[in-house]
Amino acid sequence: MGIVNLIIVVLLIVCALAIEKMKDLLGAVIVFSIYSLLMSVLWLVLKTPDVALTEAAIGAGITSILFIAIIGRTERFEK
Amino acid sequence: MDDIIVKSITRIIIPFVQLYGIFIILHGHVSPGGGFSGGALFGTSLILYTLIFGVDKAQKKFSHRVSEIAESGGILIYLSIGVIGIFTAGYFLSNKAAGFPLGEAGSLLSGGMIPLLMIGVGIKVASTMVTLFHTLIMEERL
Repeated sequence: MGIVNLIIVVLLIVCALAIEKMKDLLGAVIVFSIYSLLMSVLWLVLKTPDVALTEAAIGAGITSILFIAIIGRTERFEK
Repeated sequence: MDDIIVKSITRIIIPFVQLYGIFIILHGHVSPGGGFSGGALFGTSLILYTLIFGVDKAQKKFSHRVSEIAESGGILIYLSIGVIGIFTAGYFLSNKAAGFPLGEAGSLLSGGMIPLLMIGVGIKVASTMVTLFHTLIMEERL
């Protein structure tokens, strides 16, 4: 289990840095939803399926949709 | 969106998403999940419908008035079940002492009032998610 944990945590850090560096906000939202899915797998590895389920529904589903709706109303690229 | 493939797939997939949401809400006391997760899943299915078929059609299916009633009704279910506990046992949300049948542990009909609470929370969360998204989309045309 330790190696799986390590891989997921490293990928999470890479995703978080990518979100911060990205100028394209739509891409950042998609990477954020990947972050949420990885986080959900991590919760599952840490034996909290309850939180994993909520994270997959809220983090990857609803948060991304709300962010995309906001991007549709403002601008796609960061200045 | 005017894509026939996306529309057909959405029509097929929405009942399954809703069934899964209801399953998680009803099994809140015996398996992982509960009112919040299941309600969020149920709300996601309605948001998917809005996204594909447009906000006008979605408002016909699940109008602002209905979501208002569902939102207030969900929290009222929760509160009224809690208040029953005050009158019969002296404490808010008391379960066995208030006379709710506990049933056999592990089966679907068990846990006293917890399934009823989960239904209330599920209705509340689902309608809140939908209202949030509809408000965000509708604001554009004001």
